Amino acid sequence: MNRRVMDLWVGVFVVIGFAAVLFLALKVSNFSASSFATTYEITAKFDNIGGLKARGPVKSAGVVVGRVAEIRFDPQTYEANVVLKIDSQYQFPNDTFASILTSGLLGEQYIGLDAGGDERMIPAGGTIAKTQSAIVLEKLISQFLFNKASEGKKDAGAQ
Amino acid sequence: MRLIERFFSVIGANTIDRVWRLGFAARFFLAMLSHSGETFRRPRLLLRELYASGVLSLIIILVSGLFVGLVLGLQGYDTLQRYGSSEALGILVALSLVRELGPVVAALLFASRAGSSMTAEVGLMKATEQLAAMDMMAVNPLARIMAPRFWGGVLSMPLLATLFTAAGIFGGWLIGVIFIGVDEGAFWAQMQANVSFRDDVFNGIIKSAVFGVAVSLIAVFEGFDAVPTAEGVSRAITRTVVTSALAILALDFVLTSFMFRGL
Repeated sequence: MNRRVMDLWVGVFVVIGFAAVLFLALKVSNFSASSFATTYEITAKFDNIGGLKARGPVKSAGVVVGRVAEIRFDPQTYEANVVLKIDSQYQFPNDTFASILTSGLLGEQYIGLDAGGDERMIPAGGTIAKTQSAIVLEKLISQFLFNKASEGKKDAGAQ
Repeated sequence: MRLIERFFSVIGANTIDRVWRLGFAARFFLAMLSHSGETFRRPRLLLRELYASGVLSLIIILVSGLFVGLVLGLQGYDTLQRYGSSEALGILVALSLVRELGPVVAALLFASRAGSSMTAEVGLMKATEQLAAMDMMAVNPLARIMAPRFWGGVLSMPLLATLFTAAGIFGGWLIGVIFIGVDEGAFWAQMQANVSFRDDVFNGIIKSAVFGVAVSLIAVFEGFDAVPTAEGVSRAITRTVVTSALAILALDFVLTSFMFRGL
C-alpha cells in the first residue's frame, strides 16, 4: 500500500470519526444547550411528585428554562424535595408557582413555573413556597366517585 | 469407581487449563502494555494498523449502520403510530443506537472484520516462524507486531462505533422524515431534548472503547497463542470471533447495569 494513500485514508477516517462525535454532540444530544450554560439551583417541596424523573424539563410558558437535578424524600416533613437547575439567564419572582404537569395525555411529567408579581427574585439556593402536586389519577377518580355518591344521598334525602 | 475418578479429573484438567490460559492472557496483556511505548514513538506502525482495522472496516460499519437505522425507523414508526406518538421516532432511533446498538453491533462487526484478520496475521506469522526470527534479531515481537495492532484496534473502535451510530440516525431520519413524513422539527427537537450528551452519548463512547480493548486483546492474544499449523490458525480465528462476541455481550450487560441504573 502506497504510503501517501494510506496517510490520506487514515486522515479521512479520523476526521469523519470526529465529525460523527460532533454530530452526536450538537445535533442529536443537548450538549450545546445544557452543558455549557451556567445554572443556579432552587428547591421546591411537593406533597406528591407523581411520575416526575430526574433530568425532566422545567418549563415556563412552555419554554424549557431548566432541568430537574435531583429528587429527594424529606423524612421530617414527608415531602419530596425537588432540586431544579435553572438557566442563569432566567430569574423568577419570589411568589412563583410551581406545579407538576403532564405533556400530552400519556406524556412525560414536567414542572411548570408560573411567574408571580413579586419585585424580588428567587436567589440561588432559594425555595419555591407555592407548589401544586401531581394529579394522581386514582385519587381523582375516587374523589369523583365520592362526589357522585354524596350527590346520590342528597337526591334521596330530598324525595 | 474408575469412571468417577476419570469424570472429576477431566473437569479438573479443563478448569486448570482455562485458569492457566486466563492468567497467560493477563500476563500477555501486561507485557504488551509495558512494550507499548514504541508504538507511540513510531507512529508509522500505528498508522498502518489504523488503516487495516479502521479504514478497511469503514464500508461494512457505515452500510450496516445505515440499514440498522432504516429498520429501526420502519419498526419504530409502526409501533409508535399505534399510540399516536410518531414524533417520538427520533428519540427511539437515537437512544437505542447511542446507548446500545451503536457500540454493540459495531463491536461485533469489528470483531469479525478486523479482529479475525488480526488473529490470522499474527497466527500465520507464528506458524511461519516470523515471530521467532524477529526474536533472534533482537526485535521484540510484542513491541513490533502485537502492540501496534492492539492500539490500532483500541483507537479505531470508538470512532467506528460513533460512525455506526451517526449512519444509523441518518437512516432513521431517511425513513422517518423523508419517506414516511414525520415532522422534521419534532424529530430533531424531541431527540435533542431527550438525549443527554453526558449520560447517553459519552457513556456509549466509553462502552465502545471498552469493547475495543476487549476485542483487540482477544484477537492479538489468540493469534499469539495459536497452534502453529494451518488448522491451529483457523481454530484461533474461530475462537477470536466467538470469544469476542461473548465478551462484548457480557461486558455490555455489566456496563449497562452500571451506567443506566435508575434512568
